[in-house]
Amino acid sequence: MAAALTLLAIIPGQVWAQALRPYEIVGDAIPQSLTGARGDPTRGRAIVVDRQKGLCLLCHTGPFPEQRFQGNLAPDLAGVGTRWSDGQLRLKIVDSRRLNPATIMPPYYTLDGLARVGRNWQDKPVLSAEQVEDVVAFLTTLTETP
Amino acid sequence: MRRALTGVVLAAGFGGALGLCISLALAQSPPSEHKSGFEFISPESQATQQDDFSNPGMLWVAEGEALWSAQAGASGRSCAGCHGDAAVSMKGVAARYPVYFAESGQPIDLQSRINVCRKVNQKAAPFPLESRELLALSAFIGKQSRGMPITTGEDKRLEPFRARGQELYEQRQGQLNFSCANCHDDNWGKRLASSVIPQSHPTGYPLYRLEWQSMGSLQRRLRNCMVGVRAEPYPYGSQEYVELELFLMTRAKGMPLETPAVRP
Ligand code: HEC
Ligand code: HEC
Ligand code: HEC
Repeated sequence: MAAALTLLAIIPGQVWAQALRPYEIVGDAIPQSLTGARGDPTRGRAIVVDRQKGLCLLCHTGPFPEQRFQGNLAPDLAGVGTRWSDGQLRLKIVDSRRLNPATIMPPYYTLDGLARVGRNWQDKPVLSAEQVEDVVAFLTTLTETP
Repeated sequence: MRRALTGVVLAAGFGGALGLCISLALAQSPPSEHKSGFEFISPESQATQQDDFSNPGMLWVAEGEALWSAQAGASGRSCAGCHGDAAVSMKGVAARYPVYFAESGQPIDLQSRINVCRKVNQKAAPFPLESRELLALSAFIGKQSRGMPITTGEDKRLEPFRARGQELYEQRQGQLNFSCANCHDDNWGKRLASSVIPQSHPTGYPLYRLEWQSMGSLQRRLRNCMVGVRAEPYPYGSQEYVELELFLMTRAKGMPLETPAVRP
């Protein structure tokens, strides 16, 4: 606690970051969990199909037979747990721009480089650290390719 | 209001509630291939737009016609008192808006031009933006150009404002970090959940939107798109909307005006 306060005092420009956990990018991945714990895949699935929380199915299709309207702006999520490690999936969710600056996939866990964010959404990431971990935990279970 | 508060966003903001639009398997195309939003809506909605007896926008057109001939304000004059038959005097007018307005040194859109006449010529209080009356008069004037090609942007003085509109169109914004172009240029024809993304040609405004259960202006439509990506919409009447409209109308040059159109 004392250490955190000192840190904030030294880097006043980063005060906003107090809401966001720090993370380290290694290559194309964030190897460590944002929360230090493994997420819950059941909660992760619920976030992924929720059109106000995860928003994933606005763009992606995936192995969700009960979901009627799935977008077609992005690759099918089936098999992503085979194609990518959990660290790679974590970076894709946290900030896909780090991998592809032209991506249309929203950056889910950052406040950097955003303009005219709506009043109700300011200074908040799209998903919390816990939610990101839940989503990552769920995606790693998607090992069946279509 | 409910939408702005809950921020609902992509799905609801883009008409997700209304069910499946036709899912056209369209490939990306060069920008020269212009498709009106009309081509992306269901055959039922197309039929509704094309039949004046079932097109709900025609109610606003009829109200606009009544307002056109009604005396108002301290001048006691009607629009018709000065402009005569709108079928003659207003033919082609909506197809070239926004125009350069020398008095302000800026582009002006049709709604605000109507309000200038309300204030200066009729000596009456201007209609609030998005009011039933202003939508009705805009729809009535717009309909006088139905089927005519859009000609906006010929006045060279508009160029810096059009360029600014293009900048706004291409800039990323909102918590979800989208530019208008990300959807409407790079991904048109694809499905965002249940909505097919059109090319964003403003050919039918004001128009009747099923999701609104009402007529609305282009500004209202643009606000919906901004709220959809969790951006702070510009206030009604902002210069930014006029610049965006100017860019969009210039880009849609040659396309026929459809006012009053119908959209999901
Ligand atoms: C606005 C559209 C959009 C949304 C919303 C979106 N994505 Fe993506 N996603 C993409 C696109 C486009 C790609 C392709 C790679 C790129 O362009 O960066 C992608 C790539 C991915 C990949 C890599 C897929 C592969 O096989 O290469 C994963 C995993 C992924 N997204 C997961 C998610 C999850 C989980 C969510 C919701 C929390 C989500 N995406 C929300 C557009 C989106
Ligand atoms: C995330 C994708 C997305 C973004 C970003 C977006 N729009 Fe849209 N827009 C849509 C969709 C989807 C529709 C169709 C609406 C529906 O079916 O509900 C639409 C509709 C429109 C229309 C109506 C076209 C017609 O036929 O009447 C216009 C104009 C428009 N958008 C302009 C814009 C502008 C300007 C911006 C930037 C400020 C923007 N949009 C940002 C997805 C988007
Ligand atoms: C006292 C006479 C008078 C009245 C009343 C009046 N106008 Fe005008 N209006 C004018 C004049 C003069 C112009 C400028 C004509 C020009 O620039 O060529 C004008 C211009 C316009 C234009 C722009 C036309 C263009 O070619 O760009 C519109 C639209 C318009 N009026 C609509 C209305 C409406 C709607 C009403 C009723 C609410 C109305 N006017 C009432 C005199 C009047």
